[in-house]
Amino acid sequence: MHENKPIGDVMLSVDNISLSFGGVHALENISFNIREHEIRAIIGPNGAGKSSMLNVINGFYHPQEGTITYKGQTRKQMKPHEAARTGIARTFQNIALFKGMSTLDNIMTGRNTMMKKGVFWQALHLGPALNEELEHREFVENIIDFLEIEHIRKTPVGRLPYGLQKRVELGRALAAQPELLLLDEPMAGMNLEEKEDMCRFILDVNDEFGTTIALIEHDMGVVMDISDRVVVLDYGKKIGDGTPDEVRANQDVIDAYLGVSH
Amino acid sequence: MLYRETGQFKPTYQADQAIFPIAQDRWFITAVLAVAFLVVPLLIDDYWANAIFLPFLAYALAAIGLNILTGYCGQVSLGTGGFMAVGAFSAFKLMTAFPDLNFIIVVILAGGVTALVGVLFGLPSLRIKGFYLAVATLAAQFFLVWLFNKVGWFINYNATGQVTAPPVEFFGVLIIGPEATPPARYLFCLAFVAVFALAAKNIVRGRIGRSWMAIRDMDIAAELIGIRPLEAKLSAFAVSSFYVGMAGALYFAVWLGAAEPGEAFGIEQSFFVLFIIIVGGLGSILGSFLGAAFMVLMPILLKNFMVNGIGVEVVTAKHVEITTMGILIVFFLIVEPHGLARLWQITKEKLRLWPFPH
Repeated sequence: MHENKPIGDVMLSVDNISLSFGGVHALENISFNIREHEIRAIIGPNGAGKSSMLNVINGFYHPQEGTITYKGQTRKQMKPHEAARTGIARTFQNIALFKGMSTLDNIMTGRNTMMKKGVFWQALHLGPALNEELEHREFVENIIDFLEIEHIRKTPVGRLPYGLQKRVELGRALAAQPELLLLDEPMAGMNLEEKEDMCRFILDVNDEFGTTIALIEHDMGVVMDISDRVVVLDYGKKIGDGTPDEVRANQDVIDAYLGVSH
Repeated sequence: MLYRETGQFKPTYQADQAIFPIAQDRWFITAVLAVAFLVVPLLIDDYWANAIFLPFLAYALAAIGLNILTGYCGQVSLGTGGFMAVGAFSAFKLMTAFPDLNFIIVVILAGGVTALVGVLFGLPSLRIKGFYLAVATLAAQFFLVWLFNKVGWFINYNATGQVTAPPVEFFGVLIIGPEATPPARYLFCLAFVAVFALAAKNIVRGRIGRSWMAIRDMDIAAELIGIRPLEAKLSAFAVSSFYVGMAGALYFAVWLGAAEPGEAFGIEQSFFVLFIIIVGGLGSILGSFLGAAFMVLMPILLKNFMVNGIGVEVVTAKHVEITTMGILIVFFLIVEPHGLARLWQITKEKLRLWPFPH
């Protein structure tokens, strides 16, 4: 699966993270790591704290305890836009596209942080600003090509069907050339064909660009098929961690999913 | 039949992202500009300049400014009148302090001063949104007008409380003052508005415009892909106020020639410009022009129709005019919330398929 980019060292490790909202403990003492070029799934029943975990990783929530070490740098908290600048991109469970903008503009926005030219050049739309715009346009066109969404390039995303919107959102995240890509339920609400497409894109992203992927997903078939390692959360606690086969055999995980008689 | 993009291939990205990618649109806009620059100056007289063209141009520029803030960045503002006053009084102070300064530089500097004031009053937008922000900008409106009324320095301690623009020559041609000819005043404003409208279009289709629209559409997602809300919102306030300030300078100096702060820059101005962008189309530079044309022309047409056409008394006509404008605005909000610009777009889409719509 990863002939070009073998799984490497630990890229991100979360250590003893605890996060609570008032009396609700969303995450309790969670530790796990993500290695370079791997596909790491985070699973668990509803309300297990999976999305909170992603929000902690990209700085949207600030945990009360614990640290996050990303590419050798340990931090307690950071702002979301700083996380974006260090190479972490994400998609959302409920699509968070810019509805009034076209597909092209949405994906171009993903490259905003890499564009530097000031307002005066922008106003002239000549010379450096134009070159910059065209250079990034070319990169974005490659993504559009990769995700097979050429036909909706100029369509406002508000008018697109759900499956395509999810794809555009993936495109926007990819535009930032992330090293770590966080996907929050990329296949929720899709039919089988759309799911297969999305799986193919995720595997291709991982394989071609070597992007490390952390994903939350409820479809166990998908998770067990495409991920290298799985971490299982339940009620804010970690109950399992390992390869898909190990997790499948883990008694705690089976209990959490199927319920257990007391 | 005539309006087709079939066969117009775009071999480069640059051609693809042109403002008017379809050739027929380019011909049309060239024709409009040619008429505006070459034909109108030959025909224009004092009435046409003062009643239609100068207010249209000044309000169009102000509407572009407000559209940048409200239409593109999603920050509602009711302070437009106050910011126009900042532009007007900056221009007045500059014109009286440095009579030899080129008027273009005066207007741009007036815009610059307004941009600074705009950023200052934009700071609350980092914390508050929607209606609450509208109220905060309303405070700017009242505070600024109060300031210009109270502090004599701004009006050069004129006893009448009014400011009058001194005559200004632009490369030997008088453009401001009672002696200035209508074509000179009109052409100066037109050139100014045309250049800055193009600049605004370029800004909104580039990186900065995309970051504004991202903040407007989904601010959390925008932040997570690396857009700083502080930078995006304050730059929108700065650029928007820059335009509104320049519009205020043209409005005061070239169009009115004399102004009194409370009257010329009151809250009605803020609402008038807001109506322009609502009727014209939020988030559209073209819409700013269409809206300004609508809001400036409609009262005149209504009045002419009622007074000269069916012989209604002038006072009654004024009342009917106000009511009709109100009804028209409500009608627009219901029928086409995206304004005239959207209607224009729909017409073009229909025209592409005409006469074989299926």
